[in-house]
Amino acid sequence: MLRASLREVSAALKEGRVSPTELCRRCLSLIKSTKFLNAYITVAEEAALKQAEESEKRYSRGQPLGVLDGIPIAVKDNFNTAGIETTCASNMLKGYVSPYNATVVQKLMDQGAVLLGKTNLDEFAMGSGSTDGVFGPVRNPWSYSRQYKEKSVPKSDSEDEESNWVITGGSSGGSAAAVSSFTCFAALGSDTGGSTRNPAAHCGLVGLKPTYGLISRHGLIPLVNSMDVPGILTRCVDDAAVVLGSLAGHDLKDSTTIQDSFKPFELPNLTDISKLSIGIPKEYHAPGLSSEILAVWSKAADLFKSAGAKVIEVSLPHTRYSIVCYHVLCAAEVASNMARFDGLEYGHRSDMNKSTESMYAATRREGFNDVVRGRILSGNYFLLKQNYENYFIKAQKVRRLIANDFVKVFRSGVDILLTPTTLSDAVPYMEFIKEDNRTRSAQDDILTQAANMAGLPAINVPTALSERGLPVGLQFIGRSFQEKQLLTVARWFEKQVKFPMIQLEVVKRHDHDVVQHQKSASFS
Amino acid sequence: MAAAVARGCGGLWRRARQCGAGGPAPHGQRAVASSATGGAVSAGKSGLAPWVPVVGLEIHAQISSNSKLFSGSQVQFAAPPNSLVSFFDASLPGTLPVLNRRCVEAAVMTGLALNCSINKKSLFDRKHYFYADLPAGYQITQQRVPIAVNGSLSYSLCTGNKMSQMVTKTVRIKQIQLEQDSGKSLHDDTRSQTLVDLNRAGVGLMEVVMEPDMCCGEEAAAAVRELQLILQTLGSSQAVMAEGQLRVDANVSVHHPGEPYGVRTEVKNINSIRFLAKAVDYEIQRQIEELENGGTILNETRAFDSKLGCTVPMRDKEGKQDYRFMPEPNLPPLIVYDAKSLPANMNHQQVVNIDWIHERLPDLPSVKREKLVEQYGILPEHSFTLLNEEGLTEFYENVVKQTQMKPKKVIGWILNDLLSYLKQHSLTVKESPVSSFLLADLLNLLEKKDISSTAAKQVLAELWKGEGKTPLEIVKEKKLELIQDQKELEQICQAVIDGQENEVMAIKAGNQKVLNKLIGLVQRETQGRSNPVLVKQLLEKKLSE
Repeated sequence: MLRASLREVSAALKEGRVSPTELCRRCLSLIKSTKFLNAYITVAEEAALKQAEESEKRYSRGQPLGVLDGIPIAVKDNFNTAGIETTCASNMLKGYVSPYNATVVQKLMDQGAVLLGKTNLDEFAMGSGSTDGVFGPVRNPWSYSRQYKEKSVPKSDSEDEESNWVITGGSSGGSAAAVSSFTCFAALGSDTGGSTRNPAAHCGLVGLKPTYGLISRHGLIPLVNSMDVPGILTRCVDDAAVVLGSLAGHDLKDSTTIQDSFKPFELPNLTDISKLSIGIPKEYHAPGLSSEILAVWSKAADLFKSAGAKVIEVSLPHTRYSIVCYHVLCAAEVASNMARFDGLEYGHRSDMNKSTESMYAATRREGFNDVVRGRILSGNYFLLKQNYENYFIKAQKVRRLIANDFVKVFRSGVDILLTPTTLSDAVPYMEFIKEDNRTRSAQDDILTQAANMAGLPAINVPTALSERGLPVGLQFIGRSFQEKQLLTVARWFEKQVKFPMIQLEVVKRHDHDVVQHQKSASFS
Repeated sequence: MAAAVARGCGGLWRRARQCGAGGPAPHGQRAVASSATGGAVSAGKSGLAPWVPVVGLEIHAQISSNSKLFSGSQVQFAAPPNSLVSFFDASLPGTLPVLNRRCVEAAVMTGLALNCSINKKSLFDRKHYFYADLPAGYQITQQRVPIAVNGSLSYSLCTGNKMSQMVTKTVRIKQIQLEQDSGKSLHDDTRSQTLVDLNRAGVGLMEVVMEPDMCCGEEAAAAVRELQLILQTLGSSQAVMAEGQLRVDANVSVHHPGEPYGVRTEVKNINSIRFLAKAVDYEIQRQIEELENGGTILNETRAFDSKLGCTVPMRDKEGKQDYRFMPEPNLPPLIVYDAKSLPANMNHQQVVNIDWIHERLPDLPSVKREKLVEQYGILPEHSFTLLNEEGLTEFYENVVKQTQMKPKKVIGWILNDLLSYLKQHSLTVKESPVSSFLLADLLNLLEKKDISSTAAKQVLAELWKGEGKTPLEIVKEKKLELIQDQKELEQICQAVIDGQENEVMAIKAGNQKVLNKLIGLVQRETQGRSNPVLVKQLLEKKLSE
């Protein structure tokens, strides 16, 4: 049951094959037995059970609120949740309980979803591994899958199991691990430069970054306001469409959301793709792209071609400047957005009380990790009067060129772009931490952040397993606000590739235990 | 002499004090040093050349609106601390600004009233600095493209020896920008702690930037007063300085004619128009003295100390700040429309239409004054006084409507009697114990010659007590009505003539002035109830018999 898709479990709830509280309990207990993944920062057990009971009442009255009613979900810990801690995996916000719900959280609750807890991330979502948060790194559930264990070179002793585990990617690694390990049916991530798509690729999930402005950012603790988008992590494309439908639309509290009303959609069953034009941007054949991924990418292109679609190579010439440009804009906004954390109104406050300024300095030194502090420092440097023109303005101009590249390609008749999501499959943690956060982010964001610069919708679809038995995903980038087309194509692709389900022994054991437990309960 | 100079707005100021150039030794030495190094101000020259002061103003006007610029919390003066603070105002993580349309309308209205061009597309920026009462660490303002630019403001001030000549001047308005107000910090030095009140944080402000077209405190004060009246007429700001709804920073510098502008200082914390004039004049005087003594002016921020009547450097504003401006990413460009650009399918309730606002602008103070002068035949300076006191114009017009007395005569009663009484008792026009209706009633008695003007003043004195009596009741009670019976009056006149032989002799000898004494005696005899014109006629007639 836990391995079902969101739509399947929703049907089960409706038909009474499972009750919301039972479902919730099973998820909670699986969270406990997969605690070693470090996917969750906070588990809101009591609140979740209460919500499940409410949902159960609605079902028994025959008045569920919709597809999401009673569905256990998880939310990245940079979305505000009233009454549940929101930490951003930072000392700065440890213990911080927001008085309000982010719009997306509120929407999920209003539709009856059961919020299990808050998921782990890189501090303030700055990172691409989910390794740099104050609560420690997230472990990729695939590290414990039969697929990985069988294929990765078995090193004899048990010490190796400890050192062989691979990262989830990030920064929404907690949400990805939570969905991938079956502890919930969908999770919210955030995506500024790839933070939803990257861990989705590494964890074998669908990761959707909608068009900028389609989903409210109100209540999402910002990284880069002009690029942040709430992201959706699910086990299949259909589920992503369901969650998108429940979240999208104008929000009075976010002036950057679109005014037009959004109509939730069901994905049509695509049979004929001969009218489809798929663009393969040659610049995404980036240095460092593993041959394995390249092969998967080519195979996917061939798949479309042989099914009758037009597949053409296109050029996005400014792609190579994108990562530098992204770093300037990101650092500048980070410097600005982090200014509010001064220890006065909320969050960590240092004991230093020599002067207000010394208190600010100590608070920020104690509250932020090196990554955050580094970005604040460089961001402030870029914004200095004498640098503004050469860095910030220039980066904005480059950003416009990057966005225009996409406009031109789509105007030339291309419907969807097909690219890899990551340069390689997930690397072992011990490998990953050899490089510093900045270098890693620059490498890992390279294929994903251009979509954020241009505000375009993009989705990771799990495609194949690597030689090491780890997931490899491909990215589809669509036209602005053309989520329906993007998801329709993604779903067609998903159907063709038949990505294998993770064989997680702990979950099997767990499911078995639950069944056992229920049996004994019924006997007593 | 200094005081006399300070009031003259001719544009050129003479040296502050005679002792300037030959001052105390240390100053003299510094003067030499500065001229030796080729400093801009040479002591020798300054001894003779006049100084030209240059004054520019930055005025922050709090927008009169129910809610704040970017949040739904209420705007109210003197509410309990931190009772009007939304999550956004406290900069809770994840909150976003949502622009208040009313504030945009107020800024457009003000821009139009100040002859500005309204930018159909303006932008918001973040201005960064750390301060306890700025919770986000930045202020949202309009640094790059403000909502209104290139306007002008005409204002008038009194000049001449008797301050009786009105001169009209114009100051250019550089721009009007929308921005957030900060909270308030209360420093408790004894307990070395700072308390923060965020009620004001996020209230909408219009920053009006005036070009340095003024040259003395008086001009600055007159310009701000005119702006204040305009804002109040529009209702875009209540502009009460005492409540901090209008705050003025003055940029002051001095230079010699034909030379570039001097280094300027910025004077902050000016919270009344009177202090503005004082602060500017003090600062001009200080700079002249400093330069004449061979010193230099620092580009610094100073505060006006109203108790000491002087400006002092502000310690916490030392050093240059780099505000690290950047575009506010959470607000789309602010678009306002005119009739031409308004899209047809747009909901009119949700957009700001410049033309619509323009058509509905009320009469501005200058137009109101002209109309008063034209309609009632009063002097221009009277029209200024009428508009300067809140509610006085309405009071005056109400009296005029309800009386047969000529408006020209009514104005005397309004300005000399009503206003001076109110000022003496520190009352506003609204608080006047005598309503326009009662005053009109009284003036009608006078106009009908039922009472003398002396009696009218007596009645008014009774009316101030606010006991609810009508003028007529007071007249009856005090028996103040004029003696209408001519025979009775003739008899009284005769009695006075009979009793003043010497005076009668003098008058008959040609000394007509003495006649006034007799009139006075008749007035006394009748307790002011006689018409002096009639009494004079009667006396003259009797004396010539």
